[in-house]
Amino acid sequence: MISRRNFCRKSLLLAGGLAIPLAALELFDPKRLKAGKIEGSKVRWVFLVDTQKCVGCGLCVKECKIENEIPYDANVTRTWVERYIVTKDGKSHIDSPKGARDGFESTKVDIGHGKLVDIANEQITKAFFVPKLCNQCDNPPCVQVCPVGATYQTGDGVVLVDRKWCIGCGYCIMGCPYGVRFFHPVHHVAEKCNFCYHRITKGMQTGCIDACAFDARRIGNILDPEDPVTMIIMTERVNVLKEEYGTKPQVFYLGLTKEVR
Amino acid sequence: MKSHVWRPLYVVLVVIALVLVAREILVPADFGVGSQGYMYGWHRPSNVEEWKQVSVKYRTAEYCKDCHREHYDAIAGSPHAAINCENCHGPALNHPQDSRTLGIDRSRALCARCHLRLEYPTSGRGQIRGINPATHNMGLECVTCHWPHNPTKEGRI
Repeated sequence: MISRRNFCRKSLLLAGGLAIPLAALELFDPKRLKAGKIEGSKVRWVFLVDTQKCVGCGLCVKECKIENEIPYDANVTRTWVERYIVTKDGKSHIDSPKGARDGFESTKVDIGHGKLVDIANEQITKAFFVPKLCNQCDNPPCVQVCPVGATYQTGDGVVLVDRKWCIGCGYCIMGCPYGVRFFHPVHHVAEKCNFCYHRITKGMQTGCIDACAFDARRIGNILDPEDPVTMIIMTERVNVLKEEYGTKPQVFYLGLTKEVR
Repeated sequence: MKSHVWRPLYVVLVVIALVLVAREILVPADFGVGSQGYMYGWHRPSNVEEWKQVSVKYRTAEYCKDCHREHYDAIAGSPHAAINCENCHGPALNHPQDSRTLGIDRSRALCARCHLRLEYPTSGRGQIRGINPATHNMGLECVTCHWPHNPTKEGRI
């Protein structure tokens, strides 16, 4: 029969013994578990897209693919342009052939499966182009689902992918509500727009902005109140995509309408 | 207590030790929580530097300006002023060392990116003068009649 003294001694020993390997592992430091992010960053990149100005030339898509070494003929791209044609019967016709890498080469709308629909000009109530790219969300779901810590948010708000560390599980591709992620056909890891991180950190503009002759795309620092992009976002009627997902997207759109998804 | 009770515990301890050793070898030294907190910050900080090292292919018109001043000035004073040199001439890379000459895209498809007429009332595209490539001088390059560096002038031929 075990005595009370012996029982207490052994159970304390057991608890202490179990605690040692846990401390040795140091899986997390509770102090780091605070909800808010560490303050002090001076830059937070944001993007501004003007859908009134975009003409759908697709030169941004072409430059992006070459600048970021995305295989040119593979049907994947970091940024793309969508065409929206809303007709008098209330229907919207949306297409983006090859992501608009070659622009829109026809008045006909590509509705998939090789079918083209011709829409008479008299039927159009509104028609416009919407460039899409990574929203570099403040609450990026793609980062949250990564099981290995291969995708992460930098201090200036850009979400990057570590190609050496990514295991190619595809959770982030499924997790992104905007569908901006894809598998890189050569590196076989997750790939996404990173606001041309190699250019913006050198003081340059992103590739797509340099390619755009119509000023439809702009990048800015939301933490700088003097930044012209910040001033537009703060004072004009801008909108974001899929706000209801709670991702806090940081690509702002001028001239967005309810047909855009 | 007898040893057959303790033996599984040794096995467990060996497994834990192996996991710790494997973790030490496989996880990069700098891997950890960065500035963005526990939920979004796990990464290898050296990867940020790797992304910054990606080479710049499109060097912008400022790179072309010093040697090709006459073309730079010609297009700057034309309705095509906003179009970057590299949109038609391709990425400069390290021209003139790496890739001695740059190509020129004179295809009709390039011009048609903007000048295929699309009657879109709520887009900037609707205001651009355009043609129907199927009926407008088929088979001829646009530069035959229109000079791209200044579309108000006629072409070279």
